[in-house]
Amino acid sequence: MNRFAELLDRLVLTPARNGKLTLLVDYFRTTEDPDRGLALSAITGDLSIAAVKPAMLRALVTERMDPVLFGYSYDYVGDLAETVSLVWPDPPPHLRRNRSPSLGEVVGALQAASRSDGPTVLARLLDGAGIEARFAMIKLVTGGLRIGVSARLAKQALADFGKVEVAEIEELWHGLKPPYVELFAWLEGKAPKPEKAASALFRPVMLSNPVEDRDLERLDPVDYAAEWKWDGIRVQAVSEAGLRRLYSRTGDDVSGAFPDLVDAMDFSAALDGELLVGDPAAATGTFSDLQQRLNRKAVSPKVRERYPAFMRCYDLLQLGDQDLRPLTFTERRRRLESFMLTLDPSRFDLSPLAPFDGWATLDEMRKNPPHPVIEGVMLKRLDSPYVAGRPKGPWFKWKRDPRTVDAVLMYAQRGHGKRSSFYSDYTFGVWQGDAGEEELVPVGKAYFGFTDEELKQIDKYVRDNTIERFGPVRSVRADREKGLVLEVAFEGLNRSTRHKSGVAMRFPRISRLRWDKPPIEADRLATLQALLD
Amino acid sequence: MRPSDLLRPRPEGLYCPPGDFFIDPVRPVPRALVTHGHSDHARAGHGSVLATGQTLDIMALRYGVDFAGSTQAAVLGETVHVNGVAVTFHPAGHVLGSAQICVEHGGTRIVASGDYKRQPDATCRPFEPISCDVFITEATFGLPVFRHPPDTQEVARLIRSTEQFPERAHLVGAYALGKAQRVIRLIRDAGYSRPVFIHGALSRLCEYYQSQRIDLGDLRPATVEGGKKGDFAGAIVVGPPSAFADRWARRFPDPIFCFASGWMRIRQRAKQGGVELPLIISDHCDWDELLRTIQETGASEIWVTHGREEALVRWCELQGIAAKALHLVGYEDEGD
Ligand SMILES: [Zn+2]
Ligand SMILES: [Zn+2]
Repeated sequence: MNRFAELLDRLVLTPARNGKLTLLVDYFRTTEDPDRGLALSAITGDLSIAAVKPAMLRALVTERMDPVLFGYSYDYVGDLAETVSLVWPDPPPHLRRNRSPSLGEVVGALQAASRSDGPTVLARLLDGAGIEARFAMIKLVTGGLRIGVSARLAKQALADFGKVEVAEIEELWHGLKPPYVELFAWLEGKAPKPEKAASALFRPVMLSNPVEDRDLERLDPVDYAAEWKWDGIRVQAVSEAGLRRLYSRTGDDVSGAFPDLVDAMDFSAALDGELLVGDPAAATGTFSDLQQRLNRKAVSPKVRERYPAFMRCYDLLQLGDQDLRPLTFTERRRRLESFMLTLDPSRFDLSPLAPFDGWATLDEMRKNPPHPVIEGVMLKRLDSPYVAGRPKGPWFKWKRDPRTVDAVLMYAQRGHGKRSSFYSDYTFGVWQGDAGEEELVPVGKAYFGFTDEELKQIDKYVRDNTIERFGPVRSVRADREKGLVLEVAFEGLNRSTRHKSGVAMRFPRISRLRWDKPPIEADRLATLQALLD
Repeated sequence: MRPSDLLRPRPEGLYCPPGDFFIDPVRPVPRALVTHGHSDHARAGHGSVLATGQTLDIMALRYGVDFAGSTQAAVLGETVHVNGVAVTFHPAGHVLGSAQICVEHGGTRIVASGDYKRQPDATCRPFEPISCDVFITEATFGLPVFRHPPDTQEVARLIRSTEQFPERAHLVGAYALGKAQRVIRLIRDAGYSRPVFIHGALSRLCEYYQSQRIDLGDLRPATVEGGKKGDFAGAIVVGPPSAFADRWARRFPDPIFCFASGWMRIRQRAKQGGVELPLIISDHCDWDELLRTIQETGASEIWVTHGREEALVRWCELQGIAAKALHLVGYEDEGD
C-alpha cells in the first residue's frame, strides 16, 4: 500500500508527461502482482469498490476525535480525504499492526465488504495504516484519484514498460481484467501475448478533427468522400463467437441500455456508426428523443417501443475473421455496403454518402442539410486505413453551426427565486495545454437552456461531485476522466482581456447535456480562438 | 509570585519585570536573552545578549561581530542570575545552539521554549523536558493535521528519486540555518557519499557546523564555472528555497524541485509552490509532539506564543489545562 500511496503522491506533483511515465514504468517494474495490476486498474478507473460517502467518512472520524479540532483541521486543509488521512488517530500500540497491508489486501477487504459494512471495514483498514496509505485508501473508496493520469497515459506506460506499441495494449485492453497478471507476464517476456483471451473486444475508434481556417485549401476534394454527420452518439457494435457488445466510443459497454438493438446483432462483425432512435426508413428521432434512452438505469418497454434504437453504420472494422482496418476507406465502404444488405433494416441502416463536386458545394450542403437531425458533414479520405485516435488529415468534421462548443462544467452556483434551492448557474471551461497536460480554462457562464428535468439532473450531479465550496458556489469535479460535458450555444465571440481564456461569449446558453461524452473530448480553447473574427 | 508578574508579553517580546530582560525581543532592547539563531528570534542591535555560545557564534556570522553592545555565553544546565532572577538554558533540539530558557523567581518557574522539536537530529542536542508551572510553547504546527513522518523515510525518498531520475538535478530547498545542515547530515547517514552541492548562501553556516564537529561530508559550491550543465545530472543541490525561484536554478538540467519543510505535509502547499518532491522534514514539533511535551512538563498552565494557537488552546482546555494565546507578533518561522 505504501508504494502505491507514494506513486499517487508523486504523480500528482509531477507535471511533465515523461516524468509521469518514468514513475509508472518504475512502479510496474518494482511492484509484484497483484498490486501493480490493481494500481493500474485504480488509475484507469477499472477498479470497482463499494463507495463510502463523504458524510460517512466525516462521521467515522468525528467518532474518534473532538469535532472542533476536526473542524479546524478541515478548514485548514480543505480536502476531506486528506484531512481524514492526517488526523485519523493511531490505535493504541498493542493494537497496531507491525506491517502496513498490501494494496491487494486492502482491495480484497474492501471488495468483500457490503455497502453497509463498508465504513467499518474502511475504519479497520485506516487503523492499520500510516498517513500516506490512509490517504490512498480514502481516495479509492471515495472514487476518483485525480492524479492527472489518463487511462491513455497509463497504457502508454505499459507500452514503454513492455517495449510494445500502445495500440497493442489498447486492443487487448477490454479482454483483460484486473489485476492483469497475464498482461504483465507478457510485457515482461515471461508469457505469450494474451490474444484471443476474449471475443467481441472493443476496437479503439478513429476520430475526426474540426475543419479549421485554412485546412480545405490545402486539400483536393477528389481525395475525400463526404457523409452526413448525424446527431446521435457514436457506438461500436461487435458480435463475435456468440458474444454481443455495444460499446460507447470510449469502450464502455452500453449493451444493457439497448437490448432491442443488441437482439438484432446476429452477425459476426464489428460495425462503427451512430446510435439513433426512431424508424430508420421513415423518421430519425432527434437528440432529445435519444436522450429518453440515455443516462438511465432501466428503460421501460414502453419507452423502448416509443423510441426504438437503431444504428446508422458508416464503417466496418471486422468481418468474420478478417480485420478490415488496414484496408482503405474505399475498400471498407464497398464491403460495408454489401454487408448491410444482410442486416435487419429496422435496426441497421447505411449512412449514405453525400456526393459533392467542390468545397463550395459542400459548404452549401453543410449549411442546408436535408434533414433536421444532421449537424454537418464528415470528410473521409478515400485512401486512408482505419487508425485509432485522432490523426490529423484523414477525417474531418464540418459542423452546420459552429457556434456551439462542448465545454466542461467547472463551477455551479445557486440560482435565485424559485431556483434558489438548485445549483442553476454554471461556469464551464474548455481545454488548453499540451496533450497529456490539458487544463480547463473557464470560458463562460450560462443559466438557461435546459429543462426543469435536466436542471434536477445537473443539480444532483453537482451535489454528488462537489470538490470544494465557497459560499453559494461549488467547484465540481472536472478532469480528463470525469466531468459533465455541456454543449453551449452562443451568438458570438469576442476577444477579451478580462478573461483568462482571452475570449468572451455573447449570450451563451446550454443547448444540450452530453452525459455520453468523456470530458477530455470537449473542445479546446484553440477551437474557440479559431471562431474569433 | 503570579506567573504574569514574572513574564508578560510586550510589543518588543516576552518581558521579565523583576529581571528587566526580554526573551527573543523583535526590537532592540537593553538586555536580551536569545533562544536560538533564527533571524526572527535573534536580532541585531541589543545592548547585551545572553545566549548559548553557539547561538552567539551564529549571530556573529550573520550580523557581524558587533551585533550587540556586549555578550555573555550561557552554559546549558548552569543557572545564572539576572537581577536576582534565576535563569537556566536547556537544550531545545531545534537547531545548533538552540535552547529553552527557564526563568525562576519567588517560587514560580516558567520555561520559554523558543522553537523546539522532539525528533532526533544529529546536528544538535536533543530537547530536554523541564518540569515547570508555566510552559511557553510555539504552535507553528499546532493542528492535528501536522504529523511529521520519520526524517529518514523522507530522505530515503529523495535518494530513490535520484536513482529514478538520474538525468535530472535534485534541488533541495532548505533554510540556511539548521534545516540545510540537518538534511545534508541525513543524506550522509543514509549512505550517500557523492558530493553534495550547496548554494553560496549556505557555505558559511555549513563551515561553522563542520567546525563544531558535525560531519557533512564532501560539500562543493553549486557553480557552473569550469563545468558543464550535465555535471549536475542526478546530483543533489541544496540551497535556500528563495534561490530556486530565480535565475540561479536555471543552470541545472531539468531540475526536480524538492522542499524540506513541515509545511510539505499539506499537498496543496507543495502544489502551489511548484514542488515536485516534498520532503516533510521539520525543525518544529508536530501535533503529537506538542501534546506529549506539554504533558511531560507537568505545567498547569500553557502559554502559546506564535503559530496556530486556537487548536492547541482547545486541546489544553479539553485536558483541563489552563491555556492562553499570547499573540506575539514578529515570529515568521524562518526555520521551517
Ligand atoms: Zn519561531
Ligand atoms: Zn527557529
